[in-house]
Amino acid sequence: MIAFLTTLLDGLAYGMVLFIISVGLTLTMGLMRVVNLAHGAFAMIGGYVAAVSIEGGLPWALAALLGSAAAGASGGVAEVFLYRPLYNKGELAQMLLTFGLVFVVTGLLTLVFGVEFKRIPLPDSLSGEVSLGFRTYPLYRLFVIGVGALLAFALWLTIDRSLYGARLRAAVDNPAMARGIGMDVDKLFTVTFVFGCALAGLGGVIGSELLLVEPTYALKHLVTFLVVVVVGGHASFKGSFVAALVLGTVETFGKFYVPSLAAYLSFVLVLVLLLWRPHGVLPARSLS
Amino acid sequence: MAALFVMSRAQLALARSRLGAALPWLLALGFYLLFDDQLALGTNVLVMILLTLSLDLCLGRAGIITLGQSAFFGLGAYVAGIVALRVTEEPLFGLCAATLASAVFGALTGALILHTEGVALLMLTLAISALLEELANHASEWTGGADGLQGMSVAPVFGVFRFDLFKHTAFLYALAVLFLWFVVLQSLIASPLGRSIDGIRQSPARMRAIGTPVWWRRLCVYTLSAAMAGSAGALSAQTTRFVGLTTLSVLVSGTAVVMLVLGGIRRRYAAFVGATVYVVVQDYAAQINPFHWMLVVGILLMVTVLFLEGGLASLPEALGRWFSAALARSRRRRAPASGRSPT
Repeated sequence: MIAFLTTLLDGLAYGMVLFIISVGLTLTMGLMRVVNLAHGAFAMIGGYVAAVSIEGGLPWALAALLGSAAAGASGGVAEVFLYRPLYNKGELAQMLLTFGLVFVVTGLLTLVFGVEFKRIPLPDSLSGEVSLGFRTYPLYRLFVIGVGALLAFALWLTIDRSLYGARLRAAVDNPAMARGIGMDVDKLFTVTFVFGCALAGLGGVIGSELLLVEPTYALKHLVTFLVVVVVGGHASFKGSFVAALVLGTVETFGKFYVPSLAAYLSFVLVLVLLLWRPHGVLPARSLS
Repeated sequence: MAALFVMSRAQLALARSRLGAALPWLLALGFYLLFDDQLALGTNVLVMILLTLSLDLCLGRAGIITLGQSAFFGLGAYVAGIVALRVTEEPLFGLCAATLASAVFGALTGALILHTEGVALLMLTLAISALLEELANHASEWTGGADGLQGMSVAPVFGVFRFDLFKHTAFLYALAVLFLWFVVLQSLIASPLGRSIDGIRQSPARMRAIGTPVWWRRLCVYTLSAAMAGSAGALSAQTTRFVGLTTLSVLVSGTAVVMLVLGGIRRRYAAFVGATVYVVVQDYAAQINPFHWMLVVGILLMVTVLFLEGGLASLPEALGRWFSAALARSRRRRAPASGRSPT
């Protein structure tokens, strides 16, 4: 029972990391409908910037914010110069361009930092263990679960309940009409893209304990991030939240109880879920 | 009398297109004769061309967006390797077995996933190839696991041509297989099936409306494409006598897509240009630094997508268009100046 609960918590923590990173992808790929294979590259940029800032003596929290900001900024630059010309060019061109971007970022990071992984050491205030009654448990994983839950709530408020969210949904549903009534759609898209990439960067820093920061990060975890978004359903935040938690928990349980089958488990799950519901488990209703 | 020497315009065009069609094959033979020490690289290029052609059929012609071509390539390679180790060393048998196995696997998985579209389809192809990779990793008794399949030997082709250390036989063997597939592909594209595939890519709904069995046609093309990729994998296994887990990795699928787009989608010889440029650039950049090639290839890919939609194979046309446009512009600029005669 104790082992079961511990595994459940581990699974939730892993699922939350997946959620924090992938929810940015739900914004850029799900809502804005760009096939974005480069999402992991922005998470990786966040991780590297944070690691370098900590080596430079900055405190962990500041470094995490800096990493997130750097990822957001590079995302903004990429959106204006690379993604925008491709919004009307179809899935294949987008897939290729973003794949090229992954290669370029990987190549550049290797050139500067080498092939070894970068550590992002935890601050003392987060690195201890706490007692949960039935056993002690790493504080950091509880912190991750908390941040993930908080983020999910904040995002739901922003997208579902704020004026910005309403504008964004309108602009995605019908850009021409949104322009017609005077909305600056280009700016809205850029802001959203920056936001999505900043979330990726934050996830890259926070999740660095589970997904090590190294140059091949973007390629290695590409499938995992995509799976969360696609399984969750395009443009569905609730869907990606559920998908991230389910995938994270299932994979963690698989590794613990049936280690020989764990690697298959998540892929089989994806196959079954997507064949059962090609548009995602919880597809968004609002899109036309 | 003069008619013997002066060809008509149509004859000239025909002769030129025939020469154009033969040129890549002549170049390949020329490479064989001139670059005796580079035949291993050349063989690799030929294998990659075949893989790229298979993707052009599936992704370019039929519009099936896939990142799972590595599944068929890797399956073909492993089947050829296992056949050589356990059944017979006869290369043609191994090649046929690998092609057939990939075709069957393509037909089965295609039947399962081809009713989906877009990103869901992309993910399904990814998941299938990842599943196969895990399977190969675990079934180490058959596949050698992470160490790969080693120690296979391949009998002479037709019992005569030995696979030598300098890859003379390997190069010509790969070239012959590539040529056969190329002929099959060209006749398919010209056939009614090929025309209907073009239609399906442009508008599945309309093709369905005029009574085309869309799902069935896509399955046919997917299966054939899988068979081609399987042949490419078998060639890779037989000519290098090694099969590693990397043949099944996403990187192979990604590489194939990159080579296809570098060359240009749906152009007859574009796969030849794309694969050659990719392999040579990769080989050259990797000699300097193993991670350089990612940077170089990434930039090449992004520039192609942003500025050269038809790929490198369309570069002469694009330059020609640009040149004639520039010529016309300068003529227009000059024309009023010369027309303004002194009064």
